[in-house]
Amino acid sequence: MRRILAPYLLVLPGGLWLLLFFVVPMATMLSLSLQEGDIINGYVFTGHWQTYVESIQGYQTQLIRSLVYGAITSLILIVLSFPVAYWIAFYGGRRKPTYLFLILLPFFVSFVLRTISWRMILTDDGVLLHPLKEAGLLPESFHLLGTPVAVIGGLVYNFLPFMVLPIYVALERIDPRVVEAARDLYASPLTAFRRVILPLSLPGVFAGVLMTFVPASSDYVNAELLGGTGTTMIGQVIQSKFLTSSDYPSASALAFTLMTVLLIGVFAYARALGTDDVMKVAAR
Amino acid sequence: MTRNRVLHAYTWILISWLVLPILVMIAFGFNDPRGRYNQTWQGFTLKWYGQLFAVPDLTDALIASLVVAVLSSLIAAVLGTGIGYALGRYRFRGAGVTNLIMFAAISSPELVMGASLLGFFVSMGVAPGGITLTIAHVMFSISFVATVVRARVVSLDRSIEEAAADLGATAWTTFWKVTFPILLPAVFSGLLLAFALSIDDFVITNFTAGNVQTFPLWIWGSTRVGLPPQVNVMGTLIFAVGVLIAVIVNLRSRRSKA
Repeated sequence: MRRILAPYLLVLPGGLWLLLFFVVPMATMLSLSLQEGDIINGYVFTGHWQTYVESIQGYQTQLIRSLVYGAITSLILIVLSFPVAYWIAFYGGRRKPTYLFLILLPFFVSFVLRTISWRMILTDDGVLLHPLKEAGLLPESFHLLGTPVAVIGGLVYNFLPFMVLPIYVALERIDPRVVEAARDLYASPLTAFRRVILPLSLPGVFAGVLMTFVPASSDYVNAELLGGTGTTMIGQVIQSKFLTSSDYPSASALAFTLMTVLLIGVFAYARALGTDDVMKVAAR
Repeated sequence: MTRNRVLHAYTWILISWLVLPILVMIAFGFNDPRGRYNQTWQGFTLKWYGQLFAVPDLTDALIASLVVAVLSSLIAAVLGTGIGYALGRYRFRGAGVTNLIMFAAISSPELVMGASLLGFFVSMGVAPGGITLTIAHVMFSISFVATVVRARVVSLDRSIEEAAADLGATAWTTFWKVTFPILLPAVFSGLLLAFALSIDDFVITNFTAGNVQTFPLWIWGSTRVGLPPQVNVMGTLIFAVGVLIAVIVNLRSRRSKA
C-alpha cells in the first residue's frame, strides 16, 4: 500500500502548488477577461466576449508588431547561433564546457541591468555613437535608441543563449561516424552538412525557436528601455493595463489572446516541422 | 581547416559581444560621474565600493531580493525534489499530467504567468506583497528543480540500492544512507538554479510584488531619474559571486567524475 501511495505523496505538495498558483490563475484570467466592471465597484462575470473584439481591434498594431519582432528575433538568432553551436559541438574538444559557460555569462547579470547596459552603449552621446559622430562618420541627428533596431537587438542579445544551447545539444548528439559514412559515400562536405547534419539539428533549432520566440514576443523590458513611441509591444500594453490603469478584463483578454496565438504558432510549427522531418527521413 | 578558423574567430566575436555590456556595467561602477546620470566616463574612482550601502532604498531592495531568493529556493527545492524523484522513479497515473503542467510552466510567457497570478490574487482579495511574491517565485522554480532532480534519478545505478537491500538495509535506511546522498548534488544544483532564477526575475516579480521593491524592480523604477553607481557595483558583485560559485561547482563535479 505504501509503495502505491509513495509517488502521489511525493508529487502532491509541489503539484498542488503548481495547480493552485499556475493552472487556477490561468483559469481566473480567462474568467476575468469575460467580466465587466471597474476596480472600485468590482467585476461581475457577464460573458462579455466583445472585450476580445474591442481589445484586439484597439491593439492590433502592437499585437502584430510583437509577433513580427519575435519572429525576426528568432530568425536572426538561428543565423547567429548555429555556427557557434556547430563549432563548439564539433571542434570545442575538451574546452566545450568552458565555451558554453562563456555563452551563459550574461545570465549572471540581472536581465534589467543587462538591458540598461545596452541602453548606455546605444545612447546618443554614449561610448558607441559619440566617437563615430565626433569623427564625422555619422550625422549628428543619427540615433539608435527608440528604433526597432535597438529593440530587436536587445531581444537578440538577451535570448541568445536559449538558441545556442538547444542547437548545441542536438549537434552534440550526432554520431561523428554518421557524417564519416556520408563522406565515405562520396558526399561533398556541403552535401554531408545539408543532408545529414542539418536535418539532425532541426529538433534543436525547433527547441531554440520555442525558447526564444515566446519570451521575445511577450517581452516588454527591451521595448520599454530601448524602444520609443513607434516600437510599443503588446507586453507594454498588457503591463500598463494591469498595473497602471487596472483594466483587468481588457488586459486579461489581450494576455489570453497572446498566449493562444503563441501556443497555436508553436504547435503549428511543430506539426509542419515534425511531418517534414519524418518525410525526409522516410524518403531515404 | 581555414573554415574551422573562421568559425573559431566568429565564436570569439560573438562571445565578446555577449560580454560587452557586462564590461560596461563593471566599468561604470568605477566611474566618477558629475551629474546624476552615470552615462559618460568622467574618471576612475573606488568610492562607490566604499559607499556601497549609501542608498538606503537600494540596500533594502537588495535585502528583499536575497530574502525572497533564499526562501523561495528552499521551498522549491523541497517540493521540486519530491516531484522529480517520483517522476524519475515510479510509473503512476498522473505522471503524464504532471509532466505536461511542468512543461507548460517552463515554456509559458512570464508576462502571462505574472498577469494571471495578479488577477488571481486580486480576485481572491489578497493584496500583493512579500508573501505573494515568494509564492510566485516558488511556482516558477519548482519545475526547474524537478527537471534537474529527475535527470539524476533516471541515471541512478539501481544496483547500488539493491546491494544495500541485500546487506539487510530497510527501504528507509537505503533511501537515507544510499539514495539521498547520491541525489544531494542534484538537489543542490536545483536549489542554486532556483536561487539564481529568483534573484534575477523581473517580469513575474513586477506583477506580484505589490509595494515591495526587489533589486531589479528598484533599478527599473529608478532608470528615468538616473541610476546611482552603486547599482553597477552591486551588479558586479552579484556577477562575481555567481561566476565563482558556478566555477567551484563545476570543478568539484568534474573532479568527482574523474
